[in-house]
Amino acid sequence: MADDMIETGESERNFTINFGPQHPAAHGVLRLVLELDGEVVERVDPHIGLLHRGTEKLLEHKTYLQGIGYFDRLDYVAPMNQEHAFCMAAERLAGITVPRRGQFVRVLYCEIGRVLNHLLNVTTQAMDVGALTPPLWGFEEREKLMVFYERACGARMHAHYFRPGGVHQDLPPELIQDIRAWCDSFPKALDDIDSLLTENRIFKQRNADIGIVSKEEALEWGFSGVMVRGSGMAWDLRRAQPYEVYDELEFNIPVGKNGDCYDRYLCRMEEMRESVKIMIQCCDWLMKPENQGEVLAVDSKFSPPRRAEMKQSMEALIHHFKLYTEGVHVDAGEVYACVEAPKGEFGVYLVSDGSNKPYRLKIRAPGFAHLAAMDHLNRGHMLADVSAIIGSLDVVFGEIDR
Amino acid sequence: MSEALKTLGEHIAGAQETAVTGWSVTLGELTIEIHRDRVLEVIRFLRDDPACRFTSLIDICGVDYPERAERFDVVYHLLSMQHNHRIRVKLDTDEESPVDSIIELFPVANWFEREAFDMYGIVFNNHPDLRRLLTDYGFEGHPLRKDFPLTGFVEVRWDEEEKRVVYEPVELVQEYRDFDFMSPWEGAKYIIPGDEKAEG
Repeated sequence: MADDMIETGESERNFTINFGPQHPAAHGVLRLVLELDGEVVERVDPHIGLLHRGTEKLLEHKTYLQGIGYFDRLDYVAPMNQEHAFCMAAERLAGITVPRRGQFVRVLYCEIGRVLNHLLNVTTQAMDVGALTPPLWGFEEREKLMVFYERACGARMHAHYFRPGGVHQDLPPELIQDIRAWCDSFPKALDDIDSLLTENRIFKQRNADIGIVSKEEALEWGFSGVMVRGSGMAWDLRRAQPYEVYDELEFNIPVGKNGDCYDRYLCRMEEMRESVKIMIQCCDWLMKPENQGEVLAVDSKFSPPRRAEMKQSMEALIHHFKLYTEGVHVDAGEVYACVEAPKGEFGVYLVSDGSNKPYRLKIRAPGFAHLAAMDHLNRGHMLADVSAIIGSLDVVFGEIDR
Repeated sequence: MSEALKTLGEHIAGAQETAVTGWSVTLGELTIEIHRDRVLEVIRFLRDDPACRFTSLIDICGVDYPERAERFDVVYHLLSMQHNHRIRVKLDTDEESPVDSIIELFPVANWFEREAFDMYGIVFNNHPDLRRLLTDYGFEGHPLRKDFPLTGFVEVRWDEEEKRVVYEPVELVQEYRDFDFMSPWEGAKYIIPGDEKAEG
């Protein structure tokens, strides 16, 4: 042992440091055990699970309605996108179709979620590499969007707004007008953030050519979302396997060229602009008088009746009671439903035994696969690049630890 | 869509005749069931065959059916971005029989398999690093098994005297109440108290 040390010399020994779980650049409760050779990363061992709450186990003991709330708490940066996948899985097994207006409301709020997520990610990524202003500017816009969340469902973050069969309640017309007005003002705010970052010398130095992901790597590591688009693959579930009304809406899919952190940043910036385009189309559609109507499937065995109806009809009252105690029964079978969440493919594998609770529910979180590649992506990079790479992977521990 | 999936299912079942035990297309999704010991072969075929090209591994997870002899299902989800289709591959195993790891085909399987091991205790052959992933350091048991109670066995708290976090057996003021709301008119398997004589 002693001989070894003399031979290799004190200065050549690798050393190990702990990064997190309380490091501001770890984006939550991530503990990385880094093995360093000088300042070069030799090995990364991410320790996750510090936020593990057993969501999948809990869901096996909750009815479908009670389960929705757990999805808000997965990727708490864009809650409704998660609810969406769960509701879609239940709908597919039960064979329920969502009314068109409900679909548009869903798409509108999913895109709000996407902007919420990308604003947070882009600006905190900038903070990880040293800039403080972008998060302050970005969070101002985020706050406005959360107000839209609140006005739709009563909660800023944990919405519980999507239901199997549609959404809980229709949007008031003033809210749609306000969202529409926000869509006009937001590009200006985005341009401001853009002017702070995109051509910023420090930001570019810290991100360009860092954490390059080739197409082959993106496939074998199970990447999705911006992580594959940044590497030049035009893969987006909204386009490739359209759900809801995405196939009727016009939007572009930005792709990167080099697959580095900087390209992923550019993709996210561009996606926000595309999301605003989708939101405008949805708002315009929702405001038309001929498009008013139901937002929740009219099926008394599946979606609860309206309050007004309950005052008149005994049948409705019974259904209300049954649906809020026993809950809906979903046909036996298994289904995999996935959505293009802001971070990538968010999937729900639902096994139902025909009762009012899921038999098994597996949550496929995009960040999980992305973080699994941490060791691969970081090898040979400098210690300072680790935080830039975590930033561009866009990880949130609510969904990774589940 | 499901016509194309049926053709694909036939193609896979034909090419991997000895490995595939059954396949079906339900709700627009293709599921194939395979023998446990042939998993590497089948997944490699699915990845490399020009008609399949399932080049992304989406997910690996376990499902527990405690009443079966081989209680676990291991479920693989694969996606082909080239052909824009998905597949689900299922196989059975139990607590002891190991399943071959597919890390050599998809490196991302590393974490998915660690998770399945952590949650269900499914063992994977040739896995370089089969440690627990999500649960606490020193955790015992496999929490997603159906016979693992929802409340768990231990709870932690900060001990002011010992100045460290201590583990203690769970003590609940009230048992976890798992209400059974299933309607006795629709398929509930139990008899309501007082109703025993109803059957005559």
